[in-house]
Amino acid sequence: MDVLCASVAGTLESSDAQVSIEPGNGKLDLTIESSVLNQFGKQIRATVLETLDRLDVTNAKVTVIDKGALSCTLKARVEGAVFRASGYTEDDIAAGKKLPWGGAIR
Amino acid sequence: MINAVGRDIPEKVLQDLNMKPFAGTYARNGEEYRKAAPKVRAWMDPKESKMLDSIAEAVKKCGIKDGMTVSFHHHFREGDYIVNMVMEEIHKLGVKDLTICASSLGKAHNPIVPMIEDGTITNIQSSGVRGQIGEAISTGKLKGYAIMRSHGGRVRAIESGDVHIDVAFIGAPTCDCYGNMRAVGGKSDCGVLSYAYVDAQYADKVVAITDTLVPYPNIPASISQVNVDYVVVVDEIGNPAKIATGAAKPTTDVRKLMQAEYCTQFVINTPYFKDGFSYQTGVGGASIASTISLGKIMKERGIKMGLGLGGIAGPMCELLEEGLIDKIVDTQDFDLKAIESISKNPNHIEITGSEYANPMNKGAYVNQLDFVILASLEVDTHFNCNVVVDSNGMVTGAQGGHPDTAAGAKCTIVIVPLLQGRTPAICTDVTTVTTPGETVDVVITDYGVAVNPARPDLLECAKAAKLPVKTIEELRDMAYAITGEPEKIKFGDRVVGVIEARDGTIIDVVHQIKDYEWD
Repeated sequence: MDVLCASVAGTLESSDAQVSIEPGNGKLDLTIESSVLNQFGKQIRATVLETLDRLDVTNAKVTVIDKGALSCTLKARVEGAVFRASGYTEDDIAAGKKLPWGGAIR
Repeated sequence: MINAVGRDIPEKVLQDLNMKPFAGTYARNGEEYRKAAPKVRAWMDPKESKMLDSIAEAVKKCGIKDGMTVSFHHHFREGDYIVNMVMEEIHKLGVKDLTICASSLGKAHNPIVPMIEDGTITNIQSSGVRGQIGEAISTGKLKGYAIMRSHGGRVRAIESGDVHIDVAFIGAPTCDCYGNMRAVGGKSDCGVLSYAYVDAQYADKVVAITDTLVPYPNIPASISQVNVDYVVVVDEIGNPAKIATGAAKPTTDVRKLMQAEYCTQFVINTPYFKDGFSYQTGVGGASIASTISLGKIMKERGIKMGLGLGGIAGPMCELLEEGLIDKIVDTQDFDLKAIESISKNPNHIEITGSEYANPMNKGAYVNQLDFVILASLEVDTHFNCNVVVDSNGMVTGAQGGHPDTAAGAKCTIVIVPLLQGRTPAICTDVTTVTTPGETVDVVITDYGVAVNPARPDLLECAKAAKLPVKTIEELRDMAYAITGEPEKIKFGDRVVGVIEARDGTIIDVVHQIKDYEWD
């Protein structure tokens, strides 16, 4: 899954996370800030990396500003940001084009 | 040394502070001791005036010097100007190594942080701290220890001489020229001066600071002229909008309403719910909602509350006005309604912090409580509560009367949401113990109700109330299933704070925080 443009998904509200993605320099570059870093830092990182891996994102700069989101929220925000960075538009979907990652979203 | 709640208290801390590890909530019951006493300067000459021109003059007159202890009260809450005004003048003198002994400190006192950094203030004793002072403590900027005491524990510490106050600065909504202080009738009313009473009795020098000088005599006085050395008039002692807020809107959060309903159903199914019962509650959304729903049932069944205790907010005063409470006995007012009530209603009465909660006087009001409804940042599987340190390890709250009322009440109920954001509020071990589990009876969450196994009688009550009863471990497991199991926080080695049990022993320590390690 190629990251073609910069994108953002999510908010800075409590229990949400804001995920930003930009095209990378040939590798995955992940930055995490979190209000629950001390308790959940490694789990947040694992969730984000698993989701990116599932979407086959390997070349991107990803920033997560987490405000205590649950794992399901984090996954959804990462997927949302990746989708918005994929160059697909609502029109493409309306025109019946398949999502770029097929069944990768779970 | 491992104490009675299983916390390891470093020998160095015990030696540095000459304190003992916590040995159980009632371990010092029956102990005899002699109270401390202040040094008093006789004030015989009637021609001598107590009035001074400024705080600067008061600070000089009181002879503040290196290593002294100065005290403050927190009845002005986040609207307080006194601490900052006084500390600014002390700072100008270049005095170092001061201990601040406050009944509590909040975000309003962020301006004293530079004085912590430059060594003016090296020790803090308080119910708790919030905002930047908490960060300064947790990041190791305070040279000495921060000692966190409950409201009752602070009075005990002062009366027993564990801490000696050199100078007490007491903000007074009204005061006369001879030092009679009242909490109502001025520009910055706070309702009561309960927590400042012990300061006035035990400090060597007592300075009254007011923005409303009234004709002599200002009585009935919360704090009497016989304990006051000087009176200073300033423009403003506080911001009334932040001292007392308007009536909080009753919560519409369905989870809080559900917890309130669980709480009320539990309360009315205990044998303690009978005419003349005594009750204390907090000002959180669920606590307020449960007071309101309890009031309805009291009215239906013709059951009156004999004693309503504690920090007081509007809903309790409404029950008093409806004749559903005989007496409200008050140590702190949280809103305008409460302040109005105490100034008008003769059945709404101010008491001192010692009367309220001192564990080592000859019997405090908390000992007569049937119910107390509390909140908590965390509750663990041993029913220990943490109300001072957040789940990231940062000092950010206050003991208040939490351990005092829990120890005193026949039935201690803690209302807490299962999750605070991603942080499980029900956990295996709290970050820091402030209230020992042996004093906590029932935990009410939005996912179920757990009863301390030490109270099988109350378990039967919860079942009779048809509440969704779970074990505390089941609640924790439900929380962890949603959030994932939290990592244990890694702290630095240095102890920056001590959680003092109400009897003056160490129930837990707070370590300096350190940067998160990814691997």
